[in-house]
Amino acid sequence: MERAKLDLWVGVFVALGFAALLGLAMKVGNLSASNIGDTYTVSAYFDNVGSLKPRAPVKSAGVVVGRVESIGFDDEKKEAIVTLHLDMRYHFDTETNASILTSGLLGEQYVGLEAGGEEKMLKNGDKIKLTQGAVVLEKLISQFLYSKASDGADNKQDKKADKE
Amino acid sequence: MFKTLAGVLQHIGHQVVDGVLRLGYATRFFLYALKMSGESFRRFPLVIREIYFTGVLSLIIILVSALFVGMVLGLQGYNTLQRYGSSEAVGVLVALALVRELGPVVTALLFAGRAGTAITAEIGLMKATEQLSAMEMMAVNPISRVVAPRFWAGVISMPFLAALFSMMGVFGGYLVAVQLIGVDNGAFWSQMQSSVDWSDDIMNGVIKSCVFGVACTIIALFEGYDAPPTAEGVSRATTRTVVISSLAVLGLDFVLTAFMLH
Repeated sequence: MERAKLDLWVGVFVALGFAALLGLAMKVGNLSASNIGDTYTVSAYFDNVGSLKPRAPVKSAGVVVGRVESIGFDDEKKEAIVTLHLDMRYHFDTETNASILTSGLLGEQYVGLEAGGEEKMLKNGDKIKLTQGAVVLEKLISQFLYSKASDGADNKQDKKADKE
Repeated sequence: MFKTLAGVLQHIGHQVVDGVLRLGYATRFFLYALKMSGESFRRFPLVIREIYFTGVLSLIIILVSALFVGMVLGLQGYNTLQRYGSSEAVGVLVALALVRELGPVVTALLFAGRAGTAITAEIGLMKATEQLSAMEMMAVNPISRVVAPRFWAGVISMPFLAALFSMMGVFGGYLVAVQLIGVDNGAFWSQMQSSVDWSDDIMNGVIKSCVFGVACTIIALFEGYDAPPTAEGVSRATTRTVVISSLAVLGLDFVLTAFMLH
């Protein structure tokens, strides 16, 4: 086969290959979404992060406004410290409430932000003071059982009191 | 009794020693081909010619298989997922299965069958008809003139073929799930995009296919170069190429996945 035709076909092949990679990155993967432009960093202490993972979304009103950068443990406060990268376009005040929520019943966990009523806005490196950690299912169940059990005991005592 | 036992043990020992020897021989062959690949980059048209034969001519089988694999994944995934009321997740299933595993692995298996056998038969026949010896007589190193360009062509072609396979498979899944069954188009793509990661999934798939490219091509080249110069020898070498390449791809896939998911 002559040289020019060979080069043409190989060129087409390589171009197709690159196009497929680009298509995978843009259409199938999240390369277009993960570059959310310039970000600023804030951190927050949580008493419990549950199964929150780095790169989990940070949402406000259901819209992704940033990503979890890292999760660490503060040895002095004995609490988890979570670093968040928030999109420069969005501003939150210093009274913003951060809580760890679950999407759906069994879904992944994310950080939800609820704006407060303060004038001052969070800057790069600030800390979110108002936080609420993840709900631990076992604790919830044991609380529920405990309250049920004490209710039952109360009822019995009430009945006894009635009889007497 | 004792004699037969000794005979069996001796047979096993022979097989093992033979296998290790061949592995060592193949490794030295691989290193020598790498050392001698300078010329294939100075005379790149040699590599381009081989990319045409290994890559471009494999396109049809890769694309058609990918389309059907994607379509089957779409059907099967939908059938199971709709029981749990999450049929939109079929896009995630198809994309992750293809990008992480099926894309690189099935491409490598098809590549071993389509291009690997061709390489083995060609080089085996070159050896049987003493073309390689003739080259040496003319002071042309057959490794740098014949083996290295084919090696680099295989290594370059494989990631592109795997990417095309994954893309075509996702398209096949889209055809079945969205066009045929009627899963919501927006949910199909957005769920896929939110759970397929660029570096963790797509780049790991590309790395896998590069490794498979090296393994498949060097096995095909070595079997051809090492084949006994007879018709039977070449036919056996061709069979061995497919068997060993497939096993190597599946084994390497497990090791690579274990490292990537750590």
